[in-house]
Amino acid sequence: MAAAGDELRMWRNFQRRARFFRPDVGECRVKPPLFDYLVARSSDEAIRLLSDNPGAMILAGGQSLIPAMNFRLASPSALIDISRIAALKSIDIVDGNVRVGAAVKHRDLEQSDAAFAVNPLMRTALHYVAHVPIRNRGTTVGSLCHADAAAEMPMILLLSDGWVMAEGPNGQRKIPAAEFFEFHMTTTREADEMIVSATFPALPSGAGYAFAEFARRKGDYAVAAVGAILECDLDGRVAAARLAACGIASRPIRLFDVEASLVGANLSDAEIDAAGELAKEAVTAPDDANATTAYRQHLLASLTRRVIREASEKVRKG
Amino acid sequence: MSTRKFGAPIKRNIDPRLLTGRGAFTDDINLPGVLHAAFVRSPFARARINGIDTSIAEQAEGVVAVYTCDNIGHLDIELPLLIPHPSMTKARTQRPLARGDVYYVGQTVAMVVAVDRYVAEDAAALVDVDYDPLDVELDLEQAIEDGAPLVHPTHPNNIAADFTQVSGDPEAAFAEAEHVTRIRVQVDRSTAAAMECRTVAARYDATRGELTVWDGTQAPLGVRGGLASIFGMDEDKVRVIAPDVGGGFGQKVMFPYPDELLVPHAAIQLGRPVKYIEDRRENFIGSNQERTQIHEIELFAKKTGEVIALRDNFLHDTGAFIPYGIAVAQVASTSIAGPYRIPNIHVRFRAVYTPTVPVTPYRGCGRPQACFAIERAMDQLAEELGIDRFEIRRRNLIRDEDFPYTREGLLFADGLRVKLDSGQYLKALDMARDAIGWNEFAAMQSRAADEGKSLGLGLAYYVEGTGLGPYEGGHVKIHPITGKVYVNTGLTSQGQGHDTVFAQIVSDQLGVKVEDVIVVEGDTGTFEWGVATFASRAAVVSGNAIHKTAVKVREQTIKAAANMLEADPLQVVLSDGYAEVPGTNRRVSLAAVATATNPLRYAFNSAAQAATQFASASRHDGPPLIDGQHPGLEATDYFSPECATWAYGVHAAIVEVDRETCRVDVKKYICIHDCGNMINPVIVDGQVMGGFAQGIGGALYERIEYDTDGNPTNANFVDFLIPYATEVPAIEISHLETPSPLNPLGVKGVGEAGCIAVGATLASGIEDALRPMGGAKFHKTPITPSMIFEAMAKA
Ligand SMILES: Cc1cc2nc3c(=O)[nH]c(=O)nc-3n(C[C@H](O)[C@H](O)[C@H](O)COP(=O)(O)OP(=O)(O)OC[C@H]3O[C@@H](n4cnc5c(N)ncnc54)[C@H](O)[C@@H]3O)c2cc1C
Repeated sequence: MAAAGDELRMWRNFQRRARFFRPDVGECRVKPPLFDYLVARSSDEAIRLLSDNPGAMILAGGQSLIPAMNFRLASPSALIDISRIAALKSIDIVDGNVRVGAAVKHRDLEQSDAAFAVNPLMRTALHYVAHVPIRNRGTTVGSLCHADAAAEMPMILLLSDGWVMAEGPNGQRKIPAAEFFEFHMTTTREADEMIVSATFPALPSGAGYAFAEFARRKGDYAVAAVGAILECDLDGRVAAARLAACGIASRPIRLFDVEASLVGANLSDAEIDAAGELAKEAVTAPDDANATTAYRQHLLASLTRRVIREASEKVRKG
Repeated sequence: MSTRKFGAPIKRNIDPRLLTGRGAFTDDINLPGVLHAAFVRSPFARARINGIDTSIAEQAEGVVAVYTCDNIGHLDIELPLLIPHPSMTKARTQRPLARGDVYYVGQTVAMVVAVDRYVAEDAAALVDVDYDPLDVELDLEQAIEDGAPLVHPTHPNNIAADFTQVSGDPEAAFAEAEHVTRIRVQVDRSTAAAMECRTVAARYDATRGELTVWDGTQAPLGVRGGLASIFGMDEDKVRVIAPDVGGGFGQKVMFPYPDELLVPHAAIQLGRPVKYIEDRRENFIGSNQERTQIHEIELFAKKTGEVIALRDNFLHDTGAFIPYGIAVAQVASTSIAGPYRIPNIHVRFRAVYTPTVPVTPYRGCGRPQACFAIERAMDQLAEELGIDRFEIRRRNLIRDEDFPYTREGLLFADGLRVKLDSGQYLKALDMARDAIGWNEFAAMQSRAADEGKSLGLGLAYYVEGTGLGPYEGGHVKIHPITGKVYVNTGLTSQGQGHDTVFAQIVSDQLGVKVEDVIVVEGDTGTFEWGVATFASRAAVVSGNAIHKTAVKVREQTIKAAANMLEADPLQVVLSDGYAEVPGTNRRVSLAAVATATNPLRYAFNSAAQAATQFASASRHDGPPLIDGQHPGLEATDYFSPECATWAYGVHAAIVEVDRETCRVDVKKYICIHDCGNMINPVIVDGQVMGGFAQGIGGALYERIEYDTDGNPTNANFVDFLIPYATEVPAIEISHLETPSPLNPLGVKGVGEAGCIAVGATLASGIEDALRPMGGAKFHKTPITPSMIFEAMAKA
């Protein structure tokens, strides 16, 4: 991981390109450059096409990639469309966890009762991902691969301690969320690998959960969002806590200090306030047009307090 | 007699066509063999061009031509200064393609024409331009300091215009003041962001020497005048058609943009149609914007709260060029006293060049800035004097008996006097107070405070000078075959619903169904006198011209029908497409009347038999058309207003500021609005709501961002935040109808009304909500969560 100073510098460089593009770059336009379009019939074929076509990219729902191409931020030599691979379209409960195929649309996952029963955080957070027409096309795995630092689903994967399955010419490997998201729009996936699925583990039984977000407009990427999973022992003290946030750094972040402060707490107002204060330290995103750092810290503290309260209300004790 | 259509809430004629995708916008015009243009634009805010190498681009497959300033001949000029004014010296305007220097990121440097847009774009990227970047200053207040980098070396301190207007005797009044309130306010830059960006397509017919241009413009006649002048062609050899246009909001009244000249030029040169459809990024960096102004406003008052004088000194950002003159700043400076009597006014502005996209009107055109300045100052004065915010306004409003109220010494943007012609300002204020629930608010606010919530009430009053001249015309004709009525005028619609309101006006005079009145606008080939759509003027100026014309056609129709029905003209009534004598069975269709008034040789249908030479009613003792008579039922007339007519209104809101997220939640928003007689309340409400949505954008979300090098950093819809439907709260609108004495229909404009007061209203409400938290001031828009956080943190 980059050192704090480096990270800030990288952020600044990135920011100069705004979220998608920097209009002062001469070749920046809103029409895509020439590319080939290839349809894969199976995962194997997709992976083979990826190796055979240097500079090719996977096309899932296209809701992030196509704009990036139009702005000439991405100029793939070819697009490998995986959206018609039937095997990648299923949501399965495997070992009690939710496995989401690479071609599953956000909207299908959001509406899946089976997935909701296992890990309700996904549906809760998906309500905040863009708007219905975009969720009808965009895929959850595509969102994980795109790895926008303010995106909700990467944060939920991290919060839930999930993983993705990467497959390349040399077979499959499991990458835990904690190792997958490296930087804004950068993951540890190798160029010749495709992510075939993501697994969102079940919430611990009896755990309370909550998600809270603030965006300037409904459906926008988060200025900040926080998720929490809390477990309590019989006398109501916190036995285990997981919190994660997005929009506040160059990737989704676990709020380890907040978690540690909560273990053993009985969630008095003072303890919750203190947890909010601790959360502020996780903010590393510099000032941008939507938020100053100071405001983002204030916001993150508020959202953190809110999710702790809400999650604790949902906990089944013991 | 059928019921009156003027004032009826009739649905818009155009909606079914537009909403079912049957509109025809410029890009839908099918031009066989068309070529496509793309532009090379400056990547620097200010730079010297050492050279442009087009050789590689020219060789790219599919490229037909590459233009720079060196091969566009007579187009290599500074574009016209559309509205000259003595306050500007050597006003700077842009060249179609940069020569020597560039002045903002996005300025057009070269144009590539190719077989399709993709090829044109790719080839544009191959044009190699060698730039030497120069220093820039983006901050308006820094830009006028000595030693600041200059946008134009011709203009010291970057001052484009310096203009002062005075009404009354302010110096004397300043001395009599018992209290002075002084604040500094700032409104930031936004953009119209119409759904359809700008468009232009052109075809040249060499055998006839005729140029046809389809242009998504608000000013087809202006574009024709510009093209004819610059190309040295007769006006009637240039036809400009504004087809369906997806929103204008002022950005499209400006002309000519470089593409509006270069595309026709290429079409003439290459002998093939050429099309240019601006994309969203280009709209952000290449099409004009508005709003940034910094006002230092002072109110000189008596202890009673009566304001006896106002002094305002403001900076107006005009961007890199000033092609539309000082119009925006002038509207702001003449609207600065709002609805108040304030008899003594001293207002000065300086228009400042900055290396940014040029500034020309965007819906509101200086009015939102003026409203923000005076209304925030009124709130401040109220607070300082301990007077309630409604009461201080009540004490200063122009009273009913004061109308017309002239501000001697101030000239409006039409060069005519500022004369607030009519209104019920006090009644509107009372209505606003009742509608927002002022009497119950204090209790509500303290209940909310007990629950830890910050509730505030905001208020702002606005005036809107509308319906500017010089004139518009109308042409009305009843068709002999169908009996349908055709109406033309010189200005054009961008979705406002002109066709419906003009049809209502004509329907009342001619007794035909609204659907049977066909309004055709925006084609210089069908009507060639008039100005353009801007300044909320279509209903006032074209509406009255069409009304006057329809009255003439009514007279012709009644006279001819009386003759056919052998009745006294006073007995004849026009209703449901017929002329009839009530209480008898004598009636004749308008189609038949129109046919009968056209002496015919050939009976091409049965109605026409009655107009042929041997028919019973035909004359046999003289010419069929007597001297001075014209065939058919048809007239043309014009309306030229004496001066602008002033609409006005009050906005009030109850807002909650969430101290956790710093979000502003608008709980209730009311608008009292008076645009004189309403032709169609549905359309009036639509205009108010649309303006309101843009007002919400300006108040809370939209800000064009530039970095310190002059790079636009949010030139896209991801980062430039236009409110979605989910961000626009419900608005409750109530109307007053105080007729304007300045025109026969008694109407005033409504196009810009909705947006003017939103920033001031929400700032007032947010300030009120956070008053217990330390009394931070909100003197700048847009108001962002970060600003609210900062205000609370300071407390
Ligand atoms: C207006 C708008 C608002 C939005 N708001 C939000 C929001 O609030 N929150 C949010 O999280 N997202 C938001 N999005 C993004 C949306 O969620 C996208 O759908 C998602 O980020 C990407 O999914 P996709 O299927 O469209 O991926 P694509 O656009 O097809 O691909 C995205 C990237 O991931 C790569 N990729 C995709 N699938 C794979 C794979 N299986 N293996 C390897 N690489 C792969 C692609 O090559 C590409 O680089 C918004 C999008 C739009 C247009």
